Amino acid sequence: MAKSLELVQGTLDMLILKAVSLGPLHGYGVLLRIQQISKQRLEIQQGSLYPALYRLEHQGLLAAEWGESENKRRARYYRLTPAGRRRLQSETAEWKRMADVMASILRATPEEV
Amino acid sequence: MKLLAQIRSWSGAFANRARVEAEMDAEMRFHIESRIADLERSGLSPQEAQRRARAEFGTMADQKDDCRQSLGLRFWDDLRSDVRHGVRNLWRHPGFSILALLCLTAGIGSNAAVFSWIEGVLLRPFPLVAHQERLMAIAGTRNGIAGEAGSSDDLSWPDFQDFQKNCTLIDAFIVDRITGTTLSIGNHAKTITGSLVSSNYFDAMGIRPTLGRGFRPEEDIGRNAHPVVVISYRLWQDRFRGDPAIIGKTQLLNSVPHTIVGVAPEGFYGTFVGWAMDFWVPLSMQEVFSPPNYKLETRNARFVEGYVRLKPGVTAAQAQAEISAVAARLEQLYPATNRGWSAKLFPLWATPFNNAGSLLPALSITMVVVVFVLLIACANVSNLLLVRGFARRHEMTVKLATGARRQRLVRQLLTEGLLLSVIAAAGGLLLAHWCRNLLILLMPARGGALMNLPGRFDARVLALSIGVCVFSAVVFALVPAIQTSKVDLGSALRSEAGGVVGGGRRGLFRSGLIAVQVALSFVLLTGAGLLLASLDRMQRVDPGFTLDGSLVTRLGFVQAGYTPQRAHDFEDRLVDRLKALPGIEAAAFGRGIPFSYTAYNSTPVATDGNQLPESQLPVLNYNEIGPGYLSTLGIPVMAGREFTRADNESAPLVAIVNQAMAEQLWPRQDAVGRRIQVAGRWLQVIGVAHDAHYSKINEDAVPFFYIPLRQTSVAGPALQVRTALPPQTVAESTVRAIQDLDSDLSIDEVITMREQVERTMAPQRVALIMMSAFAMLAVALAMVGLYGVMTYAVSQSRREFGLRMALGATPQNLLRLVISHSLAITAIGMAIGITIALATSRLLGYLLYGVSPRDPVPFLAAVAALAVAAIAASFVPAWRASRIDPQHALRYQ
Repeated sequence: MAKSLELVQGTLDMLILKAVSLGPLHGYGVLLRIQQISKQRLEIQQGSLYPALYRLEHQGLLAAEWGESENKRRARYYRLTPAGRRRLQSETAEWKRMADVMASILRATPEEV
Repeated sequence: MKLLAQIRSWSGAFANRARVEAEMDAEMRFHIESRIADLERSGLSPQEAQRRARAEFGTMADQKDDCRQSLGLRFWDDLRSDVRHGVRNLWRHPGFSILALLCLTAGIGSNAAVFSWIEGVLLRPFPLVAHQERLMAIAGTRNGIAGEAGSSDDLSWPDFQDFQKNCTLIDAFIVDRITGTTLSIGNHAKTITGSLVSSNYFDAMGIRPTLGRGFRPEEDIGRNAHPVVVISYRLWQDRFRGDPAIIGKTQLLNSVPHTIVGVAPEGFYGTFVGWAMDFWVPLSMQEVFSPPNYKLETRNARFVEGYVRLKPGVTAAQAQAEISAVAARLEQLYPATNRGWSAKLFPLWATPFNNAGSLLPALSITMVVVVFVLLIACANVSNLLLVRGFARRHEMTVKLATGARRQRLVRQLLTEGLLLSVIAAAGGLLLAHWCRNLLILLMPARGGALMNLPGRFDARVLALSIGVCVFSAVVFALVPAIQTSKVDLGSALRSEAGGVVGGGRRGLFRSGLIAVQVALSFVLLTGAGLLLASLDRMQRVDPGFTLDGSLVTRLGFVQAGYTPQRAHDFEDRLVDRLKALPGIEAAAFGRGIPFSYTAYNSTPVATDGNQLPESQLPVLNYNEIGPGYLSTLGIPVMAGREFTRADNESAPLVAIVNQAMAEQLWPRQDAVGRRIQVAGRWLQVIGVAHDAHYSKINEDAVPFFYIPLRQTSVAGPALQVRTALPPQTVAESTVRAIQDLDSDLSIDEVITMREQVERTMAPQRVALIMMSAFAMLAVALAMVGLYGVMTYAVSQSRREFGLRMALGATPQNLLRLVISHSLAITAIGMAIGITIALATSRLLGYLLYGVSPRDPVPFLAAVAALAVAAIAASFVPAWRASRIDPQHALRYQ
């Protein structure tokens, strides 16, 4: 198994919003969904997941309600609120700009300076 | 939007705390169990799966704590545990807690009390009156100068109406002129206070009568045409026993039957700061309540004072500009009566015609004083907390060692401080509430009439008190909190006291706090000393008439329906009767009583050499007096003679002038035999009276004259009696003599002229009492602080004392060492105090009479008092130091 990457500081919130935007999930589901779409390349501290979920819910970006899980158990499902969707869009745009800037900086050659 | 979501989430979490916790638990459990199941499915043994899942998740308690923080609950959890911890700490150290709470309660309580007085007397003085922030007092000015309370520099009713018509920025001009009457209650007549008001009074003040109605616009018009009255709730309850059918009944007021048309709501006391009004009558009834003349149609009959209500958003300056412009137009339209006259607006707290203006200086100084007291109290508690902090180093070390952050420790200590000040604030508010009527006790009693000077506790006062509470907590707890949390293991092992008592940096800081307390109490002591010296000097001023051997009272001629003629006849008969009584040397009547509210009339005075238009003549005060008045009061006649019974209705008109007037009108010439012209009539000057004080002690010699009562149409209700006997016995026989002649006449309290004069010193007296009381409190607090610091320092320096003793110091040496140290701290404090006091004592300004703000005597007295107090406060610790057993001290420390 390839060595997985540590999460860049401050990106967990964005990942959670993205994962939940694909469909309502419970906390454990969020973890699985991120691992799945990152193809196991990201390492997420399981413990830090819940404080982040609670923080996003507190900020009104996520809404939570109790539902039934795949294995017929009560679980707390999170879904994106309209405010959360807007936040995800703005964060995504921000991230792309940042990545572009970083990429162009790292591509720079001595001739260009 | 986001904030709203947070508040909703936070309040939900806070309200359903137990559910939130249970759900958090369930959710995490579900996570771990799902993980275990997945791991088992991938082939791990159940035990191994469980171990892995738990390890991956981390400590559940930590995650939960972070979740709580995400929800904003951590802050409250910490607060709760800090408060619980703080309460336990206070409980465990009752000596410390009680002392700290007493200091803070005194500090916060005195601030709350003064806030409530300022609110209730100066800023929002009229309970139930709507929008007091838009009310301003209005009074007349002559040549730009506003007059004294109740003087003739009021406004006339025609002018008032013109203002009302022409000012667009002002909603209402409201007349409120204090008056009084007597009601027979049982078999004796009782004086009650009321107001002559314009018909818009109740509507404009926003007062809805409990029963009946207020006044109607037409009730402003017509000479004595509307004998209607609105009575106070109190009068309705007390005198009319709450009769529900009271409306429409009639009541004799000044012998005129008045129909009761309304009952004012409970808690409405009128709009005259200091007095509780019992009835209101329309201004058109003026002639019944303040005869002789009907003044409503005369532009130079200035007797109206009152309030204006600004339109919303209008500033005082805008309204004043408009009023001045209208007044200028009136000057042009009516030059004969209005030249030089204008009107001025005053904020309610500076109202010139009621007790607000006279209490303003005393209350503002008291405000400064209680801030000093609060600072002293804070310094004291700060000191106590520092001492406690040394004792708590162990607790702090343990906490830091087990991973608490320093910020958390500071927060915990601040919370404990806040806890102290919140408890103290509750006690302080209670204390202030008990003291809300204290001001009345400090004001001079006025026989019978109901005074009303309540403190007021509204949202603003409460908010300010809470502010004071938080402010003081930060002030007294912050430094000790930072100090206490700064534990380092090295110094924790070293001894606290570096050198002689109170050495070391903390010792220095604590001594500094004491010096500050001493400085502040020094300032208050000198202030009290200056006020005391000033009041003493005022009491020694010779007012120009006899103080102790002369009595004064007022008879209710107007209220009993006497015509002036009948009153004058009664006066002659009474004076004859009184003079026959043993011990009464002389008796006489006059209209105005010296040193009283609305004492004198005034008039432009012309002379043979000075026949300018009326508006350019000097306007002088005068009193209408009966035969023998001057000798009864003990005012010497310097030339000519005083009035006799021969100066009556049919005799030539005469006058007596005082020395200042004679000097002004006929410098260096004989005044007797000259003429003065008053209101078109010529009066012969037949005498010159010695100058006297007429209205207040701190007045210069002012021109003044007297005319005979019988040559006027006023009743002259003031009876003066001169006696060599104790005043009380003469007062009784005087009252009996009056009642023998007419038992229906009401008689005011009989008092000496000294009492009459001293009542005008109320502002100075209030300031003095406040200043002395708080100065004493301040000194007591500072000395408790000094005692505490010295005691602690001595207990920390036992080893040093033991050593000194072993090396041959005598107990006297040690006694002197400790006392001289406390005197040194006190001396530094006094040096700072002298500097502050020299710079600030002139703020006492107007309250000081005949005393320089830098008079050395109060300063020296304060130095002596504090030095003695400092020796007293440090004597016990010093004595303890001198009794230390060197062997014991050296062995055990």
